[in-house]
Parts: sequence; C-alpha cells; structure tokens
Amino acid sequence: MPDKSHAGSGKAIEIKGLNKWYGDYHALRDIDLTVAHGERIVVCGPSGSGKSTLIRCVNSLEAHDQGRIVVDGTVMKDAASIEAIRSEVGMVFQQFNLFPHLTIMQNLTLGPMKARGLSRKDAQARAMKYLERVQIPEQAHKKPGALSGGQQQRVAIARSLCMEPKIMLFDEPTSALDPEMISEVLDVIIDLADSGMTMIVVTHEMGFARRAADRMVFMDRGQIVETGTPEDFFERPKTKRCKTFLKQILKH
Amino acid sequence: MKRSTLVALGALVVLSGCGAAGNWGWYVIDPTTPKGWSNITFLLDGFWATILLSVIAAVLSMVIGLLVALPGMSTNRWLRLPSRIYIEFIRAIPLLPMLFWVFYGLPVVLKSMGISVSIDAFWGAILTLAISDSAFTAEIYRSGIQSISRGQTEAARTIGLTYTQTMRYVILPQAIRRILPPLANQFIYIVKMSAFASVIGMQELTRRANELVVTEYRPLEIYTLLILEYLVLVLIISFFVRWLERKMGADESR
Repeated sequence: MPDKSHAGSGKAIEIKGLNKWYGDYHALRDIDLTVAHGERIVVCGPSGSGKSTLIRCVNSLEAHDQGRIVVDGTVMKDAASIEAIRSEVGMVFQQFNLFPHLTIMQNLTLGPMKARGLSRKDAQARAMKYLERVQIPEQAHKKPGALSGGQQQRVAIARSLCMEPKIMLFDEPTSALDPEMISEVLDVIIDLADSGMTMIVVTHEMGFARRAADRMVFMDRGQIVETGTPEDFFERPKTKRCKTFLKQILKH
Repeated sequence: MKRSTLVALGALVVLSGCGAAGNWGWYVIDPTTPKGWSNITFLLDGFWATILLSVIAAVLSMVIGLLVALPGMSTNRWLRLPSRIYIEFIRAIPLLPMLFWVFYGLPVVLKSMGISVSIDAFWGAILTLAISDSAFTAEIYRSGIQSISRGQTEAARTIGLTYTQTMRYVILPQAIRRILPPLANQFIYIVKMSAFASVIGMQELTRRANELVVTEYRPLEIYTLLILEYLVLVLIISFFVRWLERKMGADESR
C-alpha cells in the first residue's frame, strides 16, 4: 500500500537528495525541491540542464537512482505508489502525444473510462466540460491530425484535466508550436494557474514566467543553481550562470 | 498487372510444351470428359484442406507471435531472455524436419510424460506451421510496436492506463496498420509452406496432385494445374489485403 505517513504535511511535492545517471552521465545532482499546494513553479535553464528529466522523475516516467520523492504524501517506492502518484499528477508533453487513431473525444474519455471506470456518458460530459474550458468543444469529433498544433496542445491539456489531477506538469508545452499559436496555449495554462492548480512548468517563455510563477527554479548541468521569486530572479539574479542565461534568452 | 500476369501464364504453358511437342496429355484434366472432370474435382477438393490448414495456422501464429513479442520488449531482461531464445531457436529449424519431429516424435515425448494423444496429420501440420511461423510474426510485431513513438506509451501511462490497456487501446491499433503488409507476406508464406503437409499424409492440394500423378502418369499437366491453384489462392489473398489496407488507410484522417 502507498505510504501516506506524510499526509497533512501540506506539501504537494517533496524531493530530497535526488540523483540520476544515464550510464556515466550525471543527469541530476543532489536535487532538493519542495512545492507547496497551489504553488506555481517555472523551471528554466539551458538545454541539457536536466529540467525535463527532473519533472519526468516526479511521475516516474524516468526512474531515479538516489533520493526521495514524495507526492501529495505518497512516498515513491513501488509500483503501487507510482500508480497512486500518477493518478494525481497530470502531464503535458512538448510533442502533445495525442493518440492519432482516436477522435478528440475518444482521447479525452479513454483515461476516465478505462482507468477510473466512468460510464461513457459521464466521461463524455466531463470531456466536454474541459474542452469548453480550453475553448475547442467544436473539434470533439475530429482526429488530432486535423487540428493545428495549438489546438492539439490544448486538447492534450484537457485530456490531462479529465483525470482531475491535483498537480500538473508541463514539459516545454509551447516549444513545438509555431509562434502564432504559443499564446493560445499559454492563456489556457495561465487560466489553470489562476484557478489554484499546483504546477511545475518547464519553459523558456519568460513573459509567462513573470505573469504566472510564484517561484523560479534555474537549473544548469543537472543542478538547481538558483531559486527565487520572478521579481528577484529577473531583476537581481545572484549567480553568474544565471545572469549569462538570462542575457542570452532575453536578448531577442 | 493483369496483362503481365496473362503473358506470364501464356509463356509458362508454351515453355512447358517445348521439347515435348505433340506429347501433351491435357485430357487428364479435360473437364468435358467424365474422367477429366472427376480428376479435376479430386484435385480441387484439396483447396479446403489447404485453406483451413493455412488460416488456422496463421491465426495461431499471430497469437503465439504476440505472446512471444510482448515480453521480448520488456525492460526486464529475465522476461526478454525466453522470448529471444524462442525466436532464435524456432527460426533456425527448417520446416520439414520440424514437421517430422512433431508428427513422429512429439507423440512419443507426450506418451513418456503420461499424456497419450495421437497427433493426426491435420493438427500436426497446423502446429508445425504455426510454431515455425510464430518466430517471424513475433519479430514483425516487435518492429511494428517499436515504431510507435515512446511518447504514446508515456501519455497513456500518465492518464492512468495499465500496460495491457496501453497496448490494447493505444499501441496495437496504431501498430497494426504498419504490421499488416509484412503479416500478409507471412500468411502467403504459410499457404505455400502448407504443401509440406502432404508428406505426412494430409489430403491437401499437393498431396492430391501427387496421388493423381501416381495413377495417371501425367506429372507435367497435373503439376502445372497445381501451381495455378496456388497462384489463384495467393492472388486472392493479395487482393484482399490491398483492400484491407485501403480501408484502414482511409480510416486514418491524416
């Protein structure tokens, strides 16, 4: 059974001493990160810094080698605890990962029906609710291939929400999008942030970070180098690596 | 396609007549004579055995192949290993020796284990064809499933689907479109290999042709018809598979 001994500690996510290697490559080094309920974290850093690997460890898409991960009071250790954690954590991927052979509606109802045992009617009602929330209910009966990238990513967000997660992870949700479609996706994520959802967002969209983040986490070479409020982070970066990164990314 | 097929058939008949001019014996399968007609029906009756044999063996092979392929893609090497061994081992055995082993040897093995069953030619041939072919179908499944991006599995797992549900609702429906052409190849291969069942006494197309040759002494004409029988069978399968592919392709609005 999942260990719930930490329930009531008030933390959505607790990560302590997390280490991960790919062969000889040290992908994550001594990561400590605590996320409160309702907190919105933006993780940034140069490519290869371990941002994606970090959030993929939170729902165990990547196994970690050392350290302790507790999600909403559940200690990650065995298959049952991973199952329990995944049922509370939604994830949105850079490449959307919609199921191309299913309609939008079927994409959204698959999880609720098969994993949660909802009836088709209830699952469809829930799907329509979230499709309306991401503002594309009229696309319900098309296949993903017929939608634009921005629409597909909004469907992917709705698909996650249909599982009614407590925590949402976003892995570079706008990096695969054409520029004109970025804002429609960010608007949906901001709306979600304003509703009090706990979230970790890996992104290079610094405007979004200023608007939506409670806390910035800057990573480089597998380490958390700096954390702070968006204001401190952008106006008064403490480390040289962070200053260099901000200069590069805000240049344009 | 159609014209070239006809040309090829014409050439076959002409060539087979070369060097034996005036020595044709088509009367042996001339449908206008009672003797010829009864010979033809005797030969054509083999269709049912060949078709039944091939279809059951192919279905079994597809089931066994999937059961072998899935653990073969596990991250756990103790699940992968038996699958690998099965494929390498079965793939290395020629069909005819395996057929002899199953038909003559397996009952002895089973008897020594206290199981007394006789394996008739029909089931012996099906078992052999299915097992022999399953090593190849397993590899076809593996390449098809691995061609579906990892992101599909990840997305399925994050919305709470189990491994079995992920395979059933997400991966296999996509993989089947890519697997269909090579699976059809395997089916055609099974149809042709089913001819080996004749050597253990199965009354299919080849066996009947052989028996008629023994009584009529007309190998050229009878074996020509035999080849045409397989050709027709395989062409029918090809057309059916094309149709199926078009139908599936049309379903995917991409």
